[in-house]
Amino acid sequence: MTSQATRPIAPVVVDVTVRVPIAVAFHAFTADFHRWWPASHHVGAQDPETVVLEPFPGGRWFERAPDGAECLWGEVVAWEPPHRILLAWGLDGTWTYRAGQENASQVEVRFTALPDGATRVVLEHSGFEAHGATATTLRDGVGSEGGWASLLALYARFAADEPSP
Amino acid sequence: MLDALADPTRRAVLDLVRQRPRSVSEIAAELPVSRPAVSQHLRALKQARLVQDHAAGTRRIYSLDPHGLAALRDYADQLWQTAMASFVEYAEREHGASLPDRSPADRSPGQPPTQSPHENPGGAP
Repeated sequence: MTSQATRPIAPVVVDVTVRVPIAVAFHAFTADFHRWWPASHHVGAQDPETVVLEPFPGGRWFERAPDGAECLWGEVVAWEPPHRILLAWGLDGTWTYRAGQENASQVEVRFTALPDGATRVVLEHSGFEAHGATATTLRDGVGSEGGWASLLALYARFAADEPSP
Repeated sequence: MLDALADPTRRAVLDLVRQRPRSVSEIAAELPVSRPAVSQHLRALKQARLVQDHAAGTRRIYSLDPHGLAALRDYADQLWQTAMASFVEYAEREHGASLPDRSPADRSPGQPPTQSPHENPGGAP
């Protein structure tokens, strides 16, 4: 990287404690992914029937619609139960999948057993620069508004769908 | 769903800038389009706040504008905050019935560590 006036994009880090044992936490996160994933976020036109993380390196991460259609989100890079998974996220800001490592950001999830029987789960999503080429998709997709306004519209729609805690 | 790019050349220009900062000449050397065409695409990309530029001697160097990416990052932040809260609620509801309720900010570290009594993979399919 040349030195220039570009601010780096900070990773997203979410750190939670779940009051279940580590193996249960890992299973719930991975095998039951579709049961807790916010329903409004999907690639295909329909609400997905399920979202699958194939449980091995190179496994696909995808949603399946009721009619059987599958849409890729990314892939599994590392699978180390019950402590860690590393996923490649291939979706840009418009939820369009683009293949290839150079177009993917990284989602790492680490599970740590706590002395009281609970589990700490830390998710880190980094490497957003990989999606830099997608901003044109945002802009051109809705015509004159511009990528920024399009993304904000997507954001606003998401915020409105957010369930109350 | 939103369409893919309307202009593949503009996307190619943005891809080159994304790989590393470049001047107009460097970009034009990689594409089958003229320098004025590249400049025009860069102007549009700059107006959309997707690229930024700075002077390096007599040249201008174009690089990715982090604002578009920062917005995407903030969106991912809210998405994962919501998703992880949903994950905790799901996992505790399905598997943590032995542990008392708590508010999201409260860890209740003094509670006796009753191990989860049921390890069955989950409720109704």
